[in-house]
Amino acid sequence: MSEYIEHDRDNISVGIVEKKFFTFADPPSEMTLESGARLGPITLAYETCGSLNADRSNVVLIPHALSGDSHVAGYYKPEDENPGWWDNMVGPGKGIDTDKFYVVCTNIIGSCMGSTGPSSINPKTGLPHALDFPVVTIGDMVQAQKALMDHLGIEKILSVVGGSIGGMQVLEWCVRYPDSVVSAIPLASTTRHSALAIAFNEVARQAIMADPKWNNGNYYSGPKPDLGLAVARMIGHITYLSDKSMRLKFGRRLQDKSDFSFNFDADFQVESYLRYQGKKFVDRFDANSFLYITKAADYYNLEKRHGNGSSVEAFSKAKAAFLVVSFTSDWLYPTYQSRNMVKAMKKNGLDVSFCEIEDDWGHDAFLISNPRLTAMIRGFLERVSRTTQKSAP
Amino acid sequence: MSAVQPKNLRHDLQIIASWIEPESRVLDLGCGEGDLLQFLIRVKQVTGSGIERDEKKVGDGIEKGLSILQGDINTEILDYPDSAFDYVILSQTLQQVYEPAALIQSMMRIGKKGIVSFPNFSHWNIRLQLLVSGYAPISRQLPYEWYNTPNIRVITIKDFRKFTQKVGFTILQEAAINTQSETRFGKAITLFPNLFATYGIFLIGRGR
Repeated sequence: MSEYIEHDRDNISVGIVEKKFFTFADPPSEMTLESGARLGPITLAYETCGSLNADRSNVVLIPHALSGDSHVAGYYKPEDENPGWWDNMVGPGKGIDTDKFYVVCTNIIGSCMGSTGPSSINPKTGLPHALDFPVVTIGDMVQAQKALMDHLGIEKILSVVGGSIGGMQVLEWCVRYPDSVVSAIPLASTTRHSALAIAFNEVARQAIMADPKWNNGNYYSGPKPDLGLAVARMIGHITYLSDKSMRLKFGRRLQDKSDFSFNFDADFQVESYLRYQGKKFVDRFDANSFLYITKAADYYNLEKRHGNGSSVEAFSKAKAAFLVVSFTSDWLYPTYQSRNMVKAMKKNGLDVSFCEIEDDWGHDAFLISNPRLTAMIRGFLERVSRTTQKSAP
Repeated sequence: MSAVQPKNLRHDLQIIASWIEPESRVLDLGCGEGDLLQFLIRVKQVTGSGIERDEKKVGDGIEKGLSILQGDINTEILDYPDSAFDYVILSQTLQQVYEPAALIQSMMRIGKKGIVSFPNFSHWNIRLQLLVSGYAPISRQLPYEWYNTPNIRVITIKDFRKFTQKVGFTILQEAAINTQSETRFGKAITLFPNLFATYGIFLIGRGR
């Protein structure tokens, strides 16, 4: 996902939030991963906004996408340059209303934004894990989130909401822990990557691994593979946009010049934009984490993991009410993938709403303030919240 | 959120609502923003969902807290399990359906009962227009020219009765009403409905 973070135009915000940490799976009770490997201790970084109600029935869990973190909304300090990554959706009176709901967002395992990942110190060696870190899956990420929910004393989650790889975690929650999920909102998501999506991820990984500074993942004590990671990010950015959004945003306009330079500088605005995004990314993200998380996304296959290859069988385990949303210009996770999951949900008699939003902004559309998306999420959450209260004993 | 009260609901939808048992499961094909669904949920405590093609209407319906799927009714209907609903409603859409027999058969597979309503093409005004003017008739219920109408079929109340026999369904209830399409008032037509009713509404069941 790209970054579209800006201050709320009306200054509406959850205010100051705090990054918290939860550590579990201490040896010898490590968590068993899908690969069979064991990982522990595991630390999860997480943030919460809003207040938990007395019967703990107002929890909205937000899993994030590839490069996201636990900082979903609000500010750490009043002078922060930017709020959290989904500040336009999460806050008082917003689509996910923190006056009503208790929002939990946790950094995924494998990441580098506070949760255990390849850049964390391996307690056995005192050094960063690097490639000794086991390959983690979307299922493993969700299993770790479940441990956090148990720790917070939350048995039932009112809604799990997420886009892209966050949407994969949403779906995984619904089939893995059906009794814990009342409703779910997968946005611009899929039950498994297409060959196209895997191909882009592989090119991005190759860019990292071809950087000599990557050094088989052992770069934590020296120079980092910044060039490789920047190129990987540039590739990602192209897939998050669309032909039309790039035409509108850049066209063939030149950057700070009136004619070609006749060398290999960044002549076009789009080149300059991608270089800037790549450079910005290396300051905050770990190259190995990029490898691990893209691999987890490529491996994800809900049908195979939970339904012997059948999405209908996989969703037969789910009990949640769903709101599925896709975007017309998303060519990374196109609408047909959302329609496939909707079909499987219908065949199982699940309560499902679906809308394909006409939007030029490609895969990134879910992150950008969109009145229709906000209104639908608000209406859906209000309904499931009302229904839950009605059926409570 | 604007609540749809009984008195605000369109007259033809009020009749449909009156036929639906409380707490039943309802699917509305071509549900628009979900006015009927919202009414049925409030007043009859049904479990309701709808299918609608238009993105804006789908968005508005979901915002109101309704369960609505964006898609084409002819294909979306195929995914539901048998008898998933007590009622499947096709309100004022039949005249736009390419394969009516296939759609109604699907309706009766996934629903125990079906409700179908359509503008009656044999209303005296329509008959008179064609007879006197020689132009394709235009009415308040069917307000289009021949070249821009989405309505690809002309249906009369008598035609529909014949059709249900041929396709193999039973008419359980029938209402012929005279109402303008956007009004909440209307009256039942008991005498020569095929001539005097602007709309026909049918509750159909499985088997002859």
